[in-house]
Amino acid sequence: MSHARRERWIAFLMVLPSIILIAIFVYGFIAWTTTVSLSKWDGVEPDYTWAGLENFKQLFTKEGGVSAKRFNIDLWNTLFFTVLFMLACVVFGLLLAILLDQRVKGEGIFRTIYLFPMALSFVVTGVVWQWIFAPGTSTRLRGVNALLHAVGLDALRWKWFTETNEIWHFHVALIPVIIAAAWQLIGYTMAMYLAGLRGIPEELREAARVDGASEIGIYRHVVMPLLRPITFSALIVLGHTSLKIFDLVYTMTGSGPGFATDVPGIFMFETTFQGNHYAQGATISVIMLLMVALVIIPYLIYTFRQEVEL
Amino acid sequence: MNKRKLWPLLSLLVIVSMLAVACGGEEATATPKPEPTEAPAATAAPPTGGELEIFSWWTAGGEADGLNAMYGIYSGKYPDVEIINATVAGGAGSNAQAVLATRMQAGDPPDSFQVHAGHELIDSWVVADKMEPVTSIFEENDWLDSYPPGVIDVLSYDGDIWSVPVNIHRSNVLWYNKAVFADNGLTAPTTFDEFFAVADALQGAGVTPLALGDNGIWAATHLFESVLLGSMGPEAYRGLWDGSTDWNGAEVNSALETYTQMMEYVNEDHAALSWDQAAQLVADGDAAMTIMGDWAEGYFKSIGMTPDVEFGYVPSPGTAGTFIMLSDSFGLPKGAPDRDNAVAWLTVCGSKEGQDAFNPLKGSIPARTDGDRSLYDAYLQSAMDDFSSNEIAPSLAHGAAASTGWVTAFNDVMTLFVADLDVDSAQEGMAQACADAGVCE
Repeated sequence: MSHARRERWIAFLMVLPSIILIAIFVYGFIAWTTTVSLSKWDGVEPDYTWAGLENFKQLFTKEGGVSAKRFNIDLWNTLFFTVLFMLACVVFGLLLAILLDQRVKGEGIFRTIYLFPMALSFVVTGVVWQWIFAPGTSTRLRGVNALLHAVGLDALRWKWFTETNEIWHFHVALIPVIIAAAWQLIGYTMAMYLAGLRGIPEELREAARVDGASEIGIYRHVVMPLLRPITFSALIVLGHTSLKIFDLVYTMTGSGPGFATDVPGIFMFETTFQGNHYAQGATISVIMLLMVALVIIPYLIYTFRQEVEL
Repeated sequence: MNKRKLWPLLSLLVIVSMLAVACGGEEATATPKPEPTEAPAATAAPPTGGELEIFSWWTAGGEADGLNAMYGIYSGKYPDVEIINATVAGGAGSNAQAVLATRMQAGDPPDSFQVHAGHELIDSWVVADKMEPVTSIFEENDWLDSYPPGVIDVLSYDGDIWSVPVNIHRSNVLWYNKAVFADNGLTAPTTFDEFFAVADALQGAGVTPLALGDNGIWAATHLFESVLLGSMGPEAYRGLWDGSTDWNGAEVNSALETYTQMMEYVNEDHAALSWDQAAQLVADGDAAMTIMGDWAEGYFKSIGMTPDVEFGYVPSPGTAGTFIMLSDSFGLPKGAPDRDNAVAWLTVCGSKEGQDAFNPLKGSIPARTDGDRSLYDAYLQSAMDDFSSNEIAPSLAHGAAASTGWVTAFNDVMTLFVADLDVDSAQEGMAQACADAGVCE
């Protein structure tokens, strides 16, 4: 056996266990879930009778009744939640990173404070922010509403995550949930941007200054373009987190009145494990997988191309 | 081959052997499980040893104490049996049901599991042929006369009884703060007209009339089943669950209208609260009344309130004479690994001794009619009286009246309804839920 061949063989053996495990526990189960989503399994007994796309049709057309209504709301909620959550994380994460990059005193302490929420589980975050945003009644205010009342800002009091109003398809009750989710992941985005900022050679900024660029101009034309790959990575991580979000919403608000804060993950959990509608649950899972794939695949193509270039 | 090249091979060996150990370990724990014994009826030899795995969602408080009291009785009779207490936390068993489903589908049932008596068990596990009937346990112990016929009805399907109930809770109870009512010179309402008159007076006095905590949407469904019964009476109410009462009819419509009207008197933050936080509003006097099952009594007592002194109770408006029941019961899954031990367990569950040990701690009444009254407090004694004299109707929100799939669909309708209070679309959704469950049309 030649040296090179043996080398390759060992490398293959090294990754073999993980290939097998991933083949079974990721792709195997994706295949199985897809099979169930195309079946008539409704009830505790497995039933793999072919149903075609009937389950998908039920979720997207009027025929599905309340289920279709709920799923429609869920998709809008996911869209608005994802967009606003990513926007908040990127904007505030970048802002914090730029501020920290000014070589402030005690940078380590600030960095730890901003990063700390990421160490918590979404469940903890959900419970704590549920207390904070619990609206209370007018005779006994709670959380933020009590605080607003104490400082005389009663005009700003509202029902927070129990509000049922919507603006076009955007349930305003999602705002507190977005705040909680962003609170948890802004520190993470900040850390990524900070690393990126530190990676930009000082010479580039110097050169721009010599050429007469203003400080704002330097950020706009030198720093931001160099941070683009970081923004891209951050959006991928944040995007698939928010498309699959379950634990935070489940512990913080649940479905909410009129499904104001419902997401596909909660619908999937309830319909499968409480309603025993396994085929419907699998269908929702498959749709969630497709949504995440829409975000991830462009990223994979992008990184693959970069690797090839390298 | 130099030393460095050996490292990958070595680490691979370590990984492979670790995997082998992990897989082997699992097999080792799986193999000694005894083959399920095949027996035609639920008769069994008295336990002489082995294990007994009981699956429930009673993890804390009075219900866990009650369960342990029943374990105590069992161990006293069969000291050689090792009891395995398999519990899954989570309100009303929502998480436990998911775990149970996984185990049952994998062919790894516990020896006996807790389940809401009625359709929650029947429409899931009985129709799937995963359960053994327990009729013979009832017959051998002469229990058929010890349980009210209404309860036997709820437990039965296709001529057999499918689980042994250990307790009864009542769903249609209106709890009220006595001091608030006395201060405003009011008496507890018994009809909807009285309810709305009282509610107007309370609202005028600056008290929230009705506390609701429907963050878990079942609490809204719970309130609605009381309203349904109150507006149509027990016969029509029972007909809703077998298709003989029309969901598109005027009675359901008027119940929905009444519910809409009631929502005007509910605490504005109801969607943020759980049922016990709503009960706390009543305890604190911020709200005057709440309609909740009689586990609310356990909550009031746990915060130091005395029944009939600080809080009072009446059947919810329009439901006097009817008892909406729900019951925790234990069933016998097919292929239970320690079947004889499980049959002995079910015999303890259904016995007077077992129920009188469990229920005073849990804060519920025995499913049997011959419980020892002296063990129960004033409220529970009144519930025992009502239970043996009233008409009995099954609870929707707690799995007695309808399949879990139907209840889940119904909860979805309620989630939309509490937000938009659109009576017509809610009624349409409820009719659809009944049809989807295969009961209507």
